[in-house]
Amino acid sequence: MPKPHLYLLAALLAALGISHFSDRIDPYHLDVLTGIGINIILAVSLNLVNGYTGQFSLGHAGFMSVGAYLAAAVSLFLGPKLLGAEGGTALQQGGMFLAALVAGGLGAAFAGLVVGVPSLRLKGDYLALVTLGFGEIIRVIFQNVEFLGGALGLNGIPAYTTIFWVLAFVALSVFVVSCLVNSTYGRGFLATHDDEIASEAVGLNTTHYKIVAFVIGAFFAGTAGGLYGHFKMTITPTGFDFTKSVEIVVMVIMGGMGNTLGVVLAAILLTLLPELLRPIAEYRMIIYSLLLIILMLVRPQGLFNFKLGKAKT
Amino acid sequence: MRAHHLPPESLNPQLSTPLSEFLQQLLNGLSLGAIYALIALGYTMVYGVLRFINFAHSDVFMVGSFIGYYLGKHVPESTVWGGLVILLAAMLGCALLGMIIERLAYRPLRGAATLNVLITAIGVSLLLEYSGQVFFGATPRTFPAVFPSANYSFGSLVISSNQILVIVVAALLMVALQLIVYRTKIGTAMRAVSLNPKAAQLVGVNNDVVISFTFGLGSALAGAGGILYALNYPSIDPLMGVMPGLKAFVAAVLGGIGNIPGAALGGLLLGTVETFVNGSQWSTYKDAIAFAILIIILLFRPAGLLGKFTVEKV
Repeated sequence: MPKPHLYLLAALLAALGISHFSDRIDPYHLDVLTGIGINIILAVSLNLVNGYTGQFSLGHAGFMSVGAYLAAAVSLFLGPKLLGAEGGTALQQGGMFLAALVAGGLGAAFAGLVVGVPSLRLKGDYLALVTLGFGEIIRVIFQNVEFLGGALGLNGIPAYTTIFWVLAFVALSVFVVSCLVNSTYGRGFLATHDDEIASEAVGLNTTHYKIVAFVIGAFFAGTAGGLYGHFKMTITPTGFDFTKSVEIVVMVIMGGMGNTLGVVLAAILLTLLPELLRPIAEYRMIIYSLLLIILMLVRPQGLFNFKLGKAKT
Repeated sequence: MRAHHLPPESLNPQLSTPLSEFLQQLLNGLSLGAIYALIALGYTMVYGVLRFINFAHSDVFMVGSFIGYYLGKHVPESTVWGGLVILLAAMLGCALLGMIIERLAYRPLRGAATLNVLITAIGVSLLLEYSGQVFFGATPRTFPAVFPSANYSFGSLVISSNQILVIVVAALLMVALQLIVYRTKIGTAMRAVSLNPKAAQLVGVNNDVVISFTFGLGSALAGAGGILYALNYPSIDPLMGVMPGLKAFVAAVLGGIGNIPGAALGGLLLGTVETFVNGSQWSTYKDAIAFAILIIILLFRPAGLLGKFTVEKV
């Protein structure tokens, strides 16, 4: 990539352009597009942890929920105070939303740090279990915080999420993750993935890389959560359970671990699939799980991973 | 996730002294723990021979309950022999299911990366859950009272026959398992494969047969667990396995994964702790407690209570 910053700028301008014409797009298509965008952010950020760095995390939905709750709390509790009763101008709302998303992201990143520092000493299955455990603990805590709606969840979140914000954060997450892993510094993520012992032997601080990957991954999961909350306008703790984490993991696996383009394609496909299977809604989840098993048996390196011979781990 | 129901015994108004309350909770905890232990044994045995988390195990447990539910209509209610028939049928059905899953989904992946097997296991788990929702229906069903039930009180302590049944059946099955693993030829082969699959093959052990048998055995225990669980918490649905399954896995890790007495100990400990938390002011956090224990155990003693710690060699 010669000038990645230009790509980001172009993508942001494109987002602005698309959002300008968004009232001409069918609302259903716009909803699906928003869902795709949120899933891309989730999958690309998890790919940094699971794919590039090779640390199997099953708690991504937990970080998403931290971001969703924090961002929603900012715009629900702080918003009226800052914007006044009328709700402020569009620009003020936009600034407010950006602040809420960043707050959600930072909160999730902090959660990622708290979870990551102790658990990244573990490997493989054990790490997967501990992250799963943390995800479930976060869910139970949210179920018990009355202030955030308890088990019923938070309602009446302002519908700030527009296609512009979604596309902008998709561009930002793809930009940050690809620039990071393609930088000199970022080779450390790949080295940690390829052989931890060898990396440590040549003086690489693998723990540092794992934690950085975890924190950045959690940050974007948090912003995705914020976007999700302000899109659905209601969030419940059960919406961010183990099943949601698995869904994101499947996108990463299907895209081919450590392959950003593939993961983006997989996120698009896996968000569209349930929509396309809607006519046979009753059986769609059976088909989904069967596809997952068959994929693992037939193409374990991922559907969109075309680098032959590199998939062996 | 599904909410757990308190067994009616724990709502006994006679509970007065702290000691009798403690004993009552201990008893409730042990009967819940015995079920966790039965499920945990399946996880631990599969981990022992194949080194992966069989996520589908918790759904085999669910299928066990549903086998009991459907057969329960065809045997006379509240009889010992009818109950035993159902228990055996569920064990047999689950053993078969476990062996089929292993043959179709896991065997082709023998030697593949752990991650792929793990994802396949999650896929099988989702398949069983969603198929259950389509074929059994998603609404919770009431499990028939297949065993005769009665409550016995000792002072203010109340013991139900179902609790006794759970503890007795679980104990018998664990003793049987211990005998199979340590006193039979196939058990020796199981331990050999667990220790070193390649070396086992070299001395003439048929790994495929042993692994298949291990899945059958573990799944049969899950089937028994499914019936016993449904007797005590008589509302069953296709997602009922998720939480008990996760907790049973925590129990297996707590005791030391791959270690059979460890799984039993971990199950009993976890069931007891959870019941006590459930009876305290922290009851809404009871689903978190298992995971908190898991995290603490993995951070400070990753090999579990009874497991042996191995040093990584390069």
